[in-house]
Amino acid sequence: MTDVAQIRRDAAQTRRWGWWYVTELRLREMKAYISYVVTSSFGNPLMYLLGLGVGLANLIPDGIDGVPFLVFVGPALLMSTILTIGAEEGMYPVLGGFKWHKIFFAIHATTVTPGQIVGGFLVHLAIRFTFTAGVFYLMLVAFGAVPLGTGWLMIPISILGAFAILTPLAAYSAGIEDDRGQFALIQRLIVMPMFLFSGTFFPLSQVPDWLEWIGWVSPLWHASQLGRTVSYGLVEPLWLTLLRVAILAAYGVIGAILMRRAFVRRLTR
Amino acid sequence: MSHSVIRAVNLTKKYDDFVAVDGISFEVARGESFGLLGPNGAGKSTTMKMIASVSTRTSGELTVLDLDPNVDGPAIRSQLGVVPQEDNLDGELRVRENLLTYGRFFGLSRAEAGKRADELLEFAQLSDRANSKVEPLSGGMKRRLTIARSLMNDPQMLLLDEPTTGLDPQARHILWDRLFRLKEQGTTLVLTTHYMDEAEQLSDRIVVVDKGQIMAEGSPAELIRTYSTREVLEVRYGSDKNVSVAALIADVGERQEVLPDRILIYSDNGEQDLAEITRRGHHPTTSLVRRSSLEDVFLRLTGRSLVE
Amino acid sequence: MSAVTAPKRRFGGMYGGNARAIIERGFKATMTNNYLIILSGFFEPVFYLFSMGVGLGGIIGTIDLNGTEISYGAYIAPALLAVSAMNGAIYDSTWNVFFKLNFAKLYQTMLLTSLGPLDVAIGEITLALLRGGIYAVGFLTVMSIMGLALSPLAIFAIPVVILIAAGFASVGMAFTSYMKTFQQMDWLPLVMLPMFLFSATFYPISIYPEPIQVLVQCFPLWHGVELVRMFTTGVFTAAAWGHLAYFVVMLGTGVIVVARRLRSLFLR
Repeated sequence: MTDVAQIRRDAAQTRRWGWWYVTELRLREMKAYISYVVTSSFGNPLMYLLGLGVGLANLIPDGIDGVPFLVFVGPALLMSTILTIGAEEGMYPVLGGFKWHKIFFAIHATTVTPGQIVGGFLVHLAIRFTFTAGVFYLMLVAFGAVPLGTGWLMIPISILGAFAILTPLAAYSAGIEDDRGQFALIQRLIVMPMFLFSGTFFPLSQVPDWLEWIGWVSPLWHASQLGRTVSYGLVEPLWLTLLRVAILAAYGVIGAILMRRAFVRRLTR
Repeated sequence: MSHSVIRAVNLTKKYDDFVAVDGISFEVARGESFGLLGPNGAGKSTTMKMIASVSTRTSGELTVLDLDPNVDGPAIRSQLGVVPQEDNLDGELRVRENLLTYGRFFGLSRAEAGKRADELLEFAQLSDRANSKVEPLSGGMKRRLTIARSLMNDPQMLLLDEPTTGLDPQARHILWDRLFRLKEQGTTLVLTTHYMDEAEQLSDRIVVVDKGQIMAEGSPAELIRTYSTREVLEVRYGSDKNVSVAALIADVGERQEVLPDRILIYSDNGEQDLAEITRRGHHPTTSLVRRSSLEDVFLRLTGRSLVE
Repeated sequence: MSAVTAPKRRFGGMYGGNARAIIERGFKATMTNNYLIILSGFFEPVFYLFSMGVGLGGIIGTIDLNGTEISYGAYIAPALLAVSAMNGAIYDSTWNVFFKLNFAKLYQTMLLTSLGPLDVAIGEITLALLRGGIYAVGFLTVMSIMGLALSPLAIFAIPVVILIAAGFASVGMAFTSYMKTFQQMDWLPLVMLPMFLFSATFYPISIYPEPIQVLVQCFPLWHGVELVRMFTTGVFTAAAWGHLAYFVVMLGTGVIVVARRLRSLFLR
């Protein structure tokens, strides 16, 4: 005879590792385009470092902030690469999972909970970010652009920054019914300006005062400044450094809560 | 000008190594209602695409309205209405705009296209949805809109690829009614289907296709007369017993087909055969006597079911 | 008798002589849905110009262009204009065509009428070029307001940009005719990104060693950037003819390949 308590126990047992099954699934899916992920993980940093770092450095022989231009711009290039992937992953892959290939509904038909779907999704991305940021970091080292031993901390900072932008976007994407080009608008009117006006290629003080607020709300600026602190010792008061970490964490945590809520709503209605 | 509107001789289409249509020949007369019946993947849609001159044939001859699709595609299509298998409506436009734009593709003037669009919205019973978006329409409505769209150029011939697949019974009957009216008005209809009831309802003449080849040709009644019996007795003994029982009653009726889930016995008197089987002590769990259909014709010709 | 007169036979049944119906449909679709998205496309290069021109320009100051000192903003603005022409044309002729062909099935619908593949190709490319032309006018206006259009000849940058866009669009469409899956499209940025970064967009190519300079000069974007820059700065060299010739050849080759591939692109 089956008894109810036994069924519950079995489900709970299966469910404990639910988030990892989701991670595993997403990693397996990634195999389909793994050659692209690997090629772009090596190709993009190389291109950006050569094109914008080494190339532009020729026009800025005195460097910025007391260090050579490449050292100044390196951490910001790493951050902007990882945060861009973060923004992308928070848009079409999320909506697609509900609207087109409907994979989230398929997973939800098992014992896995919506929260675990979110968890597994984020863990998978953390793995991907670690790989891509790791490659970027090693490349920066190879270019001699990371003076300090604490430079590797750029990897966890980039993941923190990527989640800060990814989770609020994913919460929004999970609620979209029709794709009417919202993502193109977000990309062009929010993500892109954030990247251009967040002190990536030059200190934020270069931006006209009335645009400086963009930097303050932008996860990219905070992530870049933290990256500079650990990479070449950018001097900032301790409270500001802590504030930056707090801002990024707040974006990520609040975003994750909203994201989970949006997933629950969409999966259980 | 010849009598037939479509003439295919040894028509063949290959995709790389795969032969979708394998040397078929047929003719369709003006005003006729012609059906291509076959299972999924038989080559029906490919044949339709070649007639609509949107797919280039690999070899063989094909003339549509006395023109060669390879050189006169636009001219042929100006006289055709095509209803593709999937409703590829323009999701960026509203219902009436879909018709208008389509009319403009044929070079109709704006005024003419507008007038025609309103008439056809009426015909398709969609007048009240004229300014709606396409996506929220039901499957039946989308299908009717697609058919209305195919009539914008007042075509001489209408090509329908699986016109009612995926629709509920009520929506299918509404559609058949609309198509029947067109047939009455003298429009040549060419349709593909894997539903025999649809083929029976709408076609004067049918070719049965399988694996890119023509298996048989004739009117629905002729095909049934030639390839099947008047009645069919269906008996079930449970999936593990059907085969063993079938051997014991093999001499009953004219012919027998053993399917995984049931035994079909072909004869002119099903009730009499059922009595005979029961008399021998083989009581089926369920039994049914029905008239032969095109499904039976197909089974006879290919040894396989139409809908798998 | 049928309501429609059959079009004449043209180009072996490839052309129905009615590309304007496609353009009409494009306008209608834009008006119904995504004029905001079209509008937002204008901001992308403008944001770049503000950020790099003003922000980075404040640090870099001026740059030497064939003996003339110009501001950094005036140096990169024409490059951004050429880049946005390239991006728009490539997007429209690859992703957009591929999507409408294989997913929205829009072209299948168009081809069920008396239109031919050539009508579709001409109509869609014309729409893309029109959009590109409008963006170019907008961007040039911003440049003038910021004082970055240094020569009255800058106005002729508009037809030049359209020529550049047409060159990229024709090659993009030829490329798409060989594509089978979306995954293959993923590799596009790996060609576009280096072109964007290394084609004298942000600094002169004279900083590279000789062989790299030659390599950069093989790619179309460099010619586009140099050509547009001549018109907006008024600093011309005889190389202008070379750049122009490059795009004329590119456009011609692209059109020939597309014309040959139309059947395999649309009539599979």
